[in-house]
Amino acid sequence: MRVTMTVNGHRMDADDVWEGESLLYVLRERLGLAGSKNACEQGECGSCTVFLDEVTVCACLVAAGQAHGRSVRTVEGLAEAGADGAPGLSDVQEAFVAAGAVQCGFCTPGLLVQTEDLLRRTVAAGAGAPSDAEIREALAGNLCRCTGYEAVIEAVRLAAEWTERGRPAGGPARGEAR
Amino acid sequence: MTSTAAASVVGQPVSRVDGPLKVAGGATYAAEFDPGPGLCHGAIVTSTVASGRIASIDTAAAEAAPGVVAVLTHRNAPVLPYHEHKGLTDPPEGERIHLLQDDRVRHQGQPVALAVAETLEEAVYAASLVRVSYRPESAVTAFSDAVAHAVPPGPRYRDRGLEGDGGRGDADAALGAAPVRIEAEYVMPRLNHNPIEPHGTVARWSEGELTLWDKTQWVDNVRAEMAAVFGLPPDRVRVVSPFVGGAFGSGLRPWANVTLAAMASRHVDRPVKVVLTRRQMFGITGYRPRSTHRVALGADRDGQLLAIRHEGVSETSTYETYAEEQLGSSEYLYACRDVATRYRVAPRNVQTPNDMRGPGKVTGVHALECAMDELAAALDMDPVELRLRNDTIVDQSTGVPFSSRSLRECYQAAGERFGWSRRNPRPGAMRDERGRLVGYGCASATWPAMRQAAEARARLLPDGSAVVSSSSSDMGPGTYTSMTQVAAETLGLPLERVRFELGDTRMPTAPVHGGSWTMASLGSAVQAACAEARRRALAEIGRADADLAAVLRQIGEPVEATVRTEPGDELRRYSAHSFGAVFAEVAVDPDLCTVRVPRLVGAYGVGRVVNPKTARSQITGGMVMGMGMALTERTEVDPRDARPVNSSLADYLVPVNADVGELDAVFVDEEDPHVNPLGVKGLGEIGTVGVAAAICNAVYHATGRRVRELPVTVERVLGAAVR
Ligand code: FES
Ligand code: FES
Repeated sequence: MRVTMTVNGHRMDADDVWEGESLLYVLRERLGLAGSKNACEQGECGSCTVFLDEVTVCACLVAAGQAHGRSVRTVEGLAEAGADGAPGLSDVQEAFVAAGAVQCGFCTPGLLVQTEDLLRRTVAAGAGAPSDAEIREALAGNLCRCTGYEAVIEAVRLAAEWTERGRPAGGPARGEAR
Repeated sequence: MTSTAAASVVGQPVSRVDGPLKVAGGATYAAEFDPGPGLCHGAIVTSTVASGRIASIDTAAAEAAPGVVAVLTHRNAPVLPYHEHKGLTDPPEGERIHLLQDDRVRHQGQPVALAVAETLEEAVYAASLVRVSYRPESAVTAFSDAVAHAVPPGPRYRDRGLEGDGGRGDADAALGAAPVRIEAEYVMPRLNHNPIEPHGTVARWSEGELTLWDKTQWVDNVRAEMAAVFGLPPDRVRVVSPFVGGAFGSGLRPWANVTLAAMASRHVDRPVKVVLTRRQMFGITGYRPRSTHRVALGADRDGQLLAIRHEGVSETSTYETYAEEQLGSSEYLYACRDVATRYRVAPRNVQTPNDMRGPGKVTGVHALECAMDELAAALDMDPVELRLRNDTIVDQSTGVPFSSRSLRECYQAAGERFGWSRRNPRPGAMRDERGRLVGYGCASATWPAMRQAAEARARLLPDGSAVVSSSSSDMGPGTYTSMTQVAAETLGLPLERVRFELGDTRMPTAPVHGGSWTMASLGSAVQAACAEARRRALAEIGRADADLAAVLRQIGEPVEATVRTEPGDELRRYSAHSFGAVFAEVAVDPDLCTVRVPRLVGAYGVGRVVNPKTARSQITGGMVMGMGMALTERTEVDPRDARPVNSSLADYLVPVNADVGELDAVFVDEEDPHVNPLGVKGLGEIGTVGVAAAICNAVYHATGRRVRELPVTVERVLGAAVR
C-alpha cells in the first residue's frame, strides 16, 4: 500500500508498505529519517517518540497505515528556522546540550519530543513551569541508561525558563558552567 | 558562541561538542549507515535449548517466503577459518562459539540460522518460519548446581594476575581470635547492560575487502577478530563506529551480529545489516555474572579490622571461562593484617558473561561494604567512623603507597552534603513527613586507575585549525569533547578550531574504550601528539613563542605529528585507584515495604577532572545503574533450562525517571602527580560501585532488616528477619 503523510511539514509518500510495518520502520527505513530510534519495538523505552497530529506516540506501536493522511513531527523537525532562515536548535534542544543531558544520544530524540510536548502543555500554555515531579512523571516512559536523568531534569527546567522568559541573547554559551 | 580561552580549557564544564548533532537527530549510529545499493537485512534464529545438537533444521518455508535472498544454517554456511584470536577483552581460557559451523548448541539464545531478505520485515518473517529440532544433551542449568562444581579461574588468568586465592597473613586464626566478628552471605543476580541502542552491524564486501559499520567500544579488535575469523590480513578489514548508543561493556567484544553480517554479505554478495532485537541482546551480548559471596570480618572493640575473609563464586559458560577481579578490593581498600580471598567460577550452560560497568568491583565491593555495615552495627559504631578508622595510605596487598587516596576527604565532603550528622544511629528511629521509615546508609567505592599504550595524530591546517584523531570510541562519556579540550589546550588554539575524530580503524591505534582508562591513555597520546605537532610548526619558522594560528597560515601547508605513548613503571611504584564515598537515603513504607531512594550523594577522588559537566553526568548515570542493581534489576534465569526469562525492557527493570530522586556527585580536589601526565584516574566505572551497598545499608537503618540478596524487593524486605 502507499502511505502518504506530512512529515516535518513536507508531504511524503512511502510505496509498497506492508500492512504490518510500523510508523517507525517507515520513517527510518523508507523515508531516511533515522533520528527516531528503535530500541525495544514494544513501547517500553520511548526512543521512538514522535508527534502524530501533535500528540506524542511511540512510533514503534503505530502501524504505518494509521499515520496515512496525518501529520508527523520527528526530532528532525524540532529545529526552528532562525531569523536568518537557517535552522537553529529549539530551546529544548539547546537546553539539553547546555545542561549536559546528552551522553550517548540514543534516548535523546525521544526525550526531546516528549519534553517539547510537556512544555507546550505547561509553560507555553500559560500554566507555568512544570514541577520536578511533573517532569519526572512526564518523562518516565523515556528510558535513559547513561545520564541517571539528573541532567535531563536540569535541561527541562532550563528549557522551561527560556520558554517563559526567552533564551538569553546570543544563545547559551556552550562553554558555560551550569 | 564566544571563543573559549584555550589555555584554561581543560577543567572547564564545556558542553559536549557532539551535542548539537545529537539533539538534531543527525548522529549516525552503526545500523544507520548506508552502505550503498543492494542492502539486505538479516534476522537471527536462536536456539531454544541450553545444550545439545541440532537434529533437523527445515528452511524450505523460509526460503519460499517473499523477499528472501538466503537462509544460512550450519548446513550451508561457508566454512570459516576461525583462526586463533584473543583480544584483551576475550576470556583467555576457552574458545568463542564458531557461528553456524556445526550442529552443536551451547546455550539458550545461540544463533542457529540467519534469514536474509530484501526488507527487515521479510527477514523477520522468514526467520519465524525456520523449524529447528534439537537432540538435547545434559546441561548444568541451575546456578546452585554449577556452584557445586566451581573451579579456580585457570592458568591463563593467573598469567593476567587474577588468582583464585589471595591474601596475606592468617585470616582464619585472626578471625578466631577477634573479639568482634560477623559473617554473612550476599547474592547478586545476573545483570544485563541494556544500553538503549541495540547491537547492530552493516557489512559490505568489495573486491575482497570487508567494511563493517558496527556498534563497538574497540574498532581495532573487531578488525582483528574478523580478520582471524575470515582468514584475512587485517588491512583488508575496515571497521567504522563514530557513535555508540551506550554500551557499558557490551561493546567490548564483537558479537554474532558482526560475524553473521559479514558472512551473509559475502554469501549473497550484497551489503547486509544485522541488528539484534532487545530479546536477543539477553542471549548474545554478555552480562554481569550472577555471584554469591561470603564475607567474614573480625575487629577489635575499637573497630580496627583484624581479619577479612572474602569468598566469591560467579557463573561462567562451559565453552569459555569468564573471571573478573571481584575480591581485589577486599585486599587493598582497608588496613588489615590478615586477609584471605578465594574466588571460583561456576561453569553453566549459558552464554559467556562479559565485563559490565565496574566489572568485579561492583560485585565484590557490594559484599564487603554490606559486611562493613554489619560490623559497624555489631560494634555499635558509626559506619563512617569504622571506614575512617581503617583508612590507609599504603596498599597493603602490595606494600606500595597509593599514588593518591582521598577516601577520607570523600566521606567528609559527601557526608556533609548529605547531612549524615542528622542520622539517628538506632535502626527504625527516623520517619519522614509521610510516615515512611527513613534510613541513611553509606559505602566506599573504588576503581583502579589504569593506563594503556595509545596513539594519536594531530594535523594542523593552514587555516589555523586542527584535526586530531585516534581509533577510540565514545559510547557516551564524552571522548570527543574531552580530547578536543586536551588538544585545544596543548595546541593553544580555541576549542572551536579543533576537531577530534574517532571510531575508524584507519586512524592511529587507540586502546579499547573501557576500564575507565581512555582519558589516561588516549588523553596522554593526544597531548603528546599535539605538543609535537605544535613544536614542528613553530620550528619551521624558528620561533618558539609565536601564535600558532598565524604560524600555520604562514607555513601554508599542513603540519602533522603522530605520537604513541605508553605507561612507564609508575604503576609498579604506586598503587593507583580512584576512591569515593556514597551516601543513600531510603524511604520505606512501613506496611508495604516498598523502598524509594529520595537521595544519593557521592564524592569522588579521581585525580584531575577534565570536564566537570560530562564527568558529573557520567557519575550520576553510574549511580542510577547502581540504584537499579539495588532495587529493580535482575536477569531471571530459569533453573530448569537456563533461559533468561525476563528478556525485555518491560520485564528487566531499568530505572526510569520517576524512580530517581535527588542525585548529587562532587569531586574532591585531588592532585595525582604520579599516575600519568594528565593526572587523571578515571571515572567511568566508579559511580556504580558501592551504590547498592549504601542503599542496602540504608534499608537496614530504616527497618532493622538485612536484605542480603539483590535486588531489594518488597518480598525480601518483608521476609528478612528483624535483627
Ligand atoms: S522503540 Fe518504541 S518504545 Fe522502544
Ligand atoms: S544518553 Fe544514552 S541512553 Fe540516554
